Amino acid sequence: MVSVCFYFQVHQPYRLRKYSIFEINENHDYFDKVKNEEVFHKVAKKCYLPTNQLLLDQLNHVPEFKISYSLSGVFLDQAKKFDPSVIDSFRKLVDTGRTEILDETYYHSLSFLYSKKEFIEQVKMHRELVWDLFAYKPKVFRNTELIYSNEVAYYAEKMGYKGILAEGVDHVLGWRSPNFVYRPRTAESIALLLKNYKLSDDIAFRFSNKNWTEWPLTADKFAHWVNNVNGSGNTVNLFMDYETFGEHQWEDTGIFDFMRAMPRKILEHPDNDFKTPSEVIDCYEPMDTLDIHNIISWADLERDLSAWLGNKMQHESIHELYAIEEAVKKTNDKNIIEDWRKLTTSDHFYYMCTKYFSDGDVHKYFNPYDSPYDAFIAFMNAMTDLVQRVKKVSGKLDPKEVKILGK
Amino acid sequence: MKVLMFGWEFPPFKSGGLGTACHGLTSGLSNNDVKVTFVMPFCPENSDSGIKNVKVMSSDMKYIPKNVDIKKINSLMQSYDTSSSYEERYRKCDVEVKKGDGKEFMLYGRNLFSEVHRYAENARDIARYENCDIIHAHDWMTYKAGIAAKEVSGKPLVVHIHATEFDRTGGNPNQYVYDIEREGFHKADKVIAVSNYTKGMVVKHYGIPENKVSVVHNACQMDRAWHSHRKPFDDGSKIVLFLGRITLQKGPEYFLHAAKRVLEQMKDVKFIMAGSGDMMNRMIDLSTHLGISRNVLFSGFLSGSDIDRAYSMADLYVMPSVSEPFGITPLEAIKNGTPTLISKQSGVSEVITNALKVDFWDIDDMANKILATLKYSSLHSTLLENSTRELGKLSWDKAAFNCLNIYRDIIREHLN
Repeated sequence: MVSVCFYFQVHQPYRLRKYSIFEINENHDYFDKVKNEEVFHKVAKKCYLPTNQLLLDQLNHVPEFKISYSLSGVFLDQAKKFDPSVIDSFRKLVDTGRTEILDETYYHSLSFLYSKKEFIEQVKMHRELVWDLFAYKPKVFRNTELIYSNEVAYYAEKMGYKGILAEGVDHVLGWRSPNFVYRPRTAESIALLLKNYKLSDDIAFRFSNKNWTEWPLTADKFAHWVNNVNGSGNTVNLFMDYETFGEHQWEDTGIFDFMRAMPRKILEHPDNDFKTPSEVIDCYEPMDTLDIHNIISWADLERDLSAWLGNKMQHESIHELYAIEEAVKKTNDKNIIEDWRKLTTSDHFYYMCTKYFSDGDVHKYFNPYDSPYDAFIAFMNAMTDLVQRVKKVSGKLDPKEVKILGK
Repeated sequence: MKVLMFGWEFPPFKSGGLGTACHGLTSGLSNNDVKVTFVMPFCPENSDSGIKNVKVMSSDMKYIPKNVDIKKINSLMQSYDTSSSYEERYRKCDVEVKKGDGKEFMLYGRNLFSEVHRYAENARDIARYENCDIIHAHDWMTYKAGIAAKEVSGKPLVVHIHATEFDRTGGNPNQYVYDIEREGFHKADKVIAVSNYTKGMVVKHYGIPENKVSVVHNACQMDRAWHSHRKPFDDGSKIVLFLGRITLQKGPEYFLHAAKRVLEQMKDVKFIMAGSGDMMNRMIDLSTHLGISRNVLFSGFLSGSDIDRAYSMADLYVMPSVSEPFGITPLEAIKNGTPTLISKQSGVSEVITNALKVDFWDIDDMANKILATLKYSSLHSTLLENSTRELGKLSWDKAAFNCLNIYRDIIREHLN
């Protein structure tokens, strides 16, 4: 028996403007309203709306089909503001009863690494938002960009989740297969689902690559690969960025046709079915215990944190950001706290990545700035202004927390 | 393979990036087993006597790569000459010649342009007896020489463009210079531009077909050790450096206007302008006018190890050029351990991605980025780390190898 488990990541950050040092103390609008709205509309038109419709049709016509999502809080925020019809279209999917929603940090942040307190608060905020919008209570957790370790699982279990998602990284799996449910070493009850990165990336990254020996990828061929897992696994976890559909793989690559044909092709094999993460966990017992002490993620080839924390700029900026957490919260100023939280979004640090900058690779494609240095400057300037606001409101601030002001 | 090359300057007799580039390129060619006869103008006023000059050259032969033979043509021409600066030197020199032997004769042309022609006539003589497979001429003053050599020898001609008249004059070209450049581009078998930026100029302003222009980026030799970063100011002042000719093309006034904006936010910053040029006095006036003269220091023209010292003491090197065909100075700054802020209107920004980049006119953005580099230490260190790595990938041997391939293609076409 092989259960195909689809999980889609849906997220949009609040991108920063090129906030100049000369605006500090003058102007507190850090975020690029125009660009954020523009991007949202573009992605809604190319990806969210058509893909939601396509998947809704599939759910309506193929009773065995199932999918799951994680919708970041900042994505839902912007959807409410810029195009509520996007929320409605997700609601229709949830209403089929065969679409599961997972929890994550509201701000799609790296807070787990820097402040457990903030991490827990952001997860709770997300839980409330999902309840408000969909009257839905998630049971499975996924951390930002599948950032995972034993400790993340431990916290997720404490917060009441029965499952958690991670990347099926080779060096932690060793000879093991990602196609089973596992038990994190530190956990009592929570189950761990691992991404089958080979099959996931065949769709998400390689689908339109004409130099790929398997191009063009057809639903037939893909179903055949899934069938091959029969006998050597219980589940095929296809985890991917939702923008795969229509945005990373444009419509003219045939990605929509592929998705339209695939569910039925998968079900042609009598031993195949679809399950949501919760159902996979309920159905299959953990095969083994997995001890993942060092942090892994689903980013880049390295599958580590180097996309967000690979250079000194990234370290300095995130360190300074969390250094002012307490002072920010003590202000009790709703706007200050919200601006601070929007700065915790992981994308800001991703934009500062210099790993592949000179090679002009995919990091560049997703970067609203001309360079990682521009991203860093805008971020640091905005944070410097935020510190000034905090100072003004609170009257005083721990001296070690104002280091970034440069006096 | 033997190349007859016409240049303006060659280290240690140089006043700008062209000499550095010619030295790098000929070294690279030499390493690729190419023989080069490098012809350059010779000006007696540069040193006390012509004989002494020759001595200096020969005693400094370590500067000259193996396989490179330097030939000099007696000429008053200097790099970056304008017609007025040439005429001034000519007048001085003319008097001395008359005093010397009492007879009136024309040793040198009466103005810059007749000098260019005279240089070309001498080049014709050299081309008659110098064996070569290809002729390579650097920038407009040598183009007539290159064309003359081609006519005499029948060998193919490559003209190299390091800076167009549009770059030097900010878009108000001298018609005569423009015509020589254009003639050179048209009569050459191939044009080599130092960047895509410059290639664009050649195509757009001179009507040269795109496929006739190849791009060979300049490089930088990572040969010297870094100097210590000892700061000259006891008060811990940060240093922002401008280094280059203080002339319109290099955008010195944008540097000062940005300095003014920086000093509004941060008091303990010193702005050093290293170099000389026709706008130097105006810049001294401007710094006074802006009320920042206490923080702006003019070092005058620097040479040799002083240049490296200036780079290495700076916290940031700024190249605000209005139009910079390539711009080798940022590479030298990085080599000396200093991150860079460069204008987008430059060729060097095509090879160094790990630099801060601004439009030269955007004073606020320039000041914003200067301040960020001085305030946020990780920006400084990340820029430097990554740009140093990038610099390591550039080499004159690679650039010369690209040139060599271009030579081979032309020679093949020429034979057919």
